[in-house]
Amino acid sequence: MRRPSPVMITALVFVAGFVICSLQFPNFASTRVVANLLTDNAFLGVVAIGMTFVIISGGIDLSVGSVIGFSTVFVALTTEKLGLPPLLAFAILLVLCAAFGAAMGAVIHVFDMPPFIVTLAGMFLARGISFLMSTESTPITAPLYSAVSDFGIALPGGGRLTAIALIMLAVVAFGSILLHFTRFGTNVYAMGGNRTATALMGVEIGSMTVRIYMLSSVLAGLAGIVFSFYTAAGYSLSAVGVELDTIAAVVIGGTLLSGGQGTAIGTFIGVLIQGLIQTYINFDGTLSSWWTKIATGVLLFAFIALQQGMVRLAGRSRAIRAGGVT
Amino acid sequence: MALKRILMSLALASAPFVAPASAAQLTVGFSQIGSESGWRAAETTVSKSEASKRTVNLKIADAQQKQENQIKAIRSFVAQGVDAIFLAPVVSTGWDAVLKEAKQAKIPVILLDRDIDPSGKDLYLTAVTSDSVHEGEVAGDWLAKTVGDKACNIVELQGTVGASVATNRKKGFDTAIAKHANLKVVRSQTGDFTRAKGKEVMESFIKAEGGGKSICAVYAHNDDMMVGAIQAMKEAGLKPGKDILTVSIDAVPDIFKAMVAGEANATVELTPNMAGPALDALIAYKDKGTTPPKWIQTESKLYTSADNPQQAYDSKKGLGY
Repeated sequence: MRRPSPVMITALVFVAGFVICSLQFPNFASTRVVANLLTDNAFLGVVAIGMTFVIISGGIDLSVGSVIGFSTVFVALTTEKLGLPPLLAFAILLVLCAAFGAAMGAVIHVFDMPPFIVTLAGMFLARGISFLMSTESTPITAPLYSAVSDFGIALPGGGRLTAIALIMLAVVAFGSILLHFTRFGTNVYAMGGNRTATALMGVEIGSMTVRIYMLSSVLAGLAGIVFSFYTAAGYSLSAVGVELDTIAAVVIGGTLLSGGQGTAIGTFIGVLIQGLIQTYINFDGTLSSWWTKIATGVLLFAFIALQQGMVRLAGRSRAIRAGGVT
Repeated sequence: MALKRILMSLALASAPFVAPASAAQLTVGFSQIGSESGWRAAETTVSKSEASKRTVNLKIADAQQKQENQIKAIRSFVAQGVDAIFLAPVVSTGWDAVLKEAKQAKIPVILLDRDIDPSGKDLYLTAVTSDSVHEGEVAGDWLAKTVGDKACNIVELQGTVGASVATNRKKGFDTAIAKHANLKVVRSQTGDFTRAKGKEVMESFIKAEGGGKSICAVYAHNDDMMVGAIQAMKEAGLKPGKDILTVSIDAVPDIFKAMVAGEANATVELTPNMAGPALDALIAYKDKGTTPPKWIQTESKLYTSADNPQQAYDSKKGLGY
């Protein structure tokens, strides 16, 4: 008999949570709530896909929240103060982010430093630069922004699938294909599973590390663009602490923190679970919103315990099988 | 006999469940910024009690200082189909899209305590805020009246540099005392709205003004700085409230404690009750269709040591300041 995979368990938690909420609140089971879940967590979903690659490869990227903050300020200032067309600003931003991620990846590989420290430095750097550019919230008035916020595919029942929700779904699809159907994806798993063996197999660890952190930073930049669509403003204090929400979503989504295992779709559901908790607390209206953090913490703990248990079990059954042969 | 008693108690027990015959109960969603200051916590407490006074069901979402959480909360209020949304915006920009959604769903939005970017004027029903220029004026007027014709050197403890509240409270005070040639601000420095900085700056004022002999009054942009300044004056052997007059703004419980002790003279209240006027405007709008003015100014009430500070302290200390 096959054991349920971590993704199945994540999906079950989400469905069970949704059913419980629907039974408790009459207006919950509506397309509006589902569409809100996608729209409100779009930036988190985009950045979490990048984080999934990093964590599966055995690394961590703490800079993503700051990169989102930097991106919103960058877009706001270049379009408002310099008058650049938004699409050009986006292109410059993504190139900058790619360079930033590549630099972090290079430092991690060349100096053989822990990703935790290097990306922590990246986090301070990106946040610091965004404060240097502006400390105030700058509204973005470009026509593209109102067009994007007005756009939406109407769903029956009042829901609206917004542009940013569609961007997130596209990123999830892109991430799934890249992770599960390309050589790059296979190498990411291999690196997280056993770095030395992967290197011996002829995979260039250095170039992989650079590309993985580049992907994470580019997706963080894209998440920043999504965030700027969400608030139509650039603010240096935006997305503080999002890196931790992102890591939580990835782990709840069934990715092993030590690397080697995980899926993009699991991360997507992990993001939705966090959104669901927040929506529940909003619907209730009497609970302190800090319960979001407590519930996320409990879930995280449960998932880590579950994964450890499954790793142990897998190890034991392998031992038994090995024992059976001799 | 026993049966009758049972019936009686049943009737009594069920009494609270019979709803008053008024219109259907309103549900209001309140997106609160967080609980970063004592005043903010008091605003939340007062909002809850004002809502239950009017049998309004108030749902509060604490945004932990994050705009994205406030936007999420507003979206979720729209999905729930609440009757109205109260919003205390953490920043002034970036609300257009989400407020448009509320407008499309025909849910009125009322801003509390802070205003938003002018481009969104038609996206909300009204804003209930205090006028901080007026607060400064009330403080200045009180001082002018109390001092009379005597010459008076004032030292000023400003709020955080660049904060609009600090600029406005200074402006209001300056306008009020400009009419009186005998009143003069001789020293003015920022105390960052904190107790510690208020004390530190006051100490330097006292040193610079010959041990404080030439200071006749202190004006602080908030009570916290004044509490620090009172400490500094006491340590320098001066008698705050007698040798040196004090006037500050906010009306937090600790300043009333100082008034009871005779160490502070006056404070101007920044009321934590923004929800009360907002709910009244909302109920009038829902029941009679009265459109409120775009701006509802809350009262900036003056409290002096003659206004029973003990009672004011008792009524405020439980609010969470």
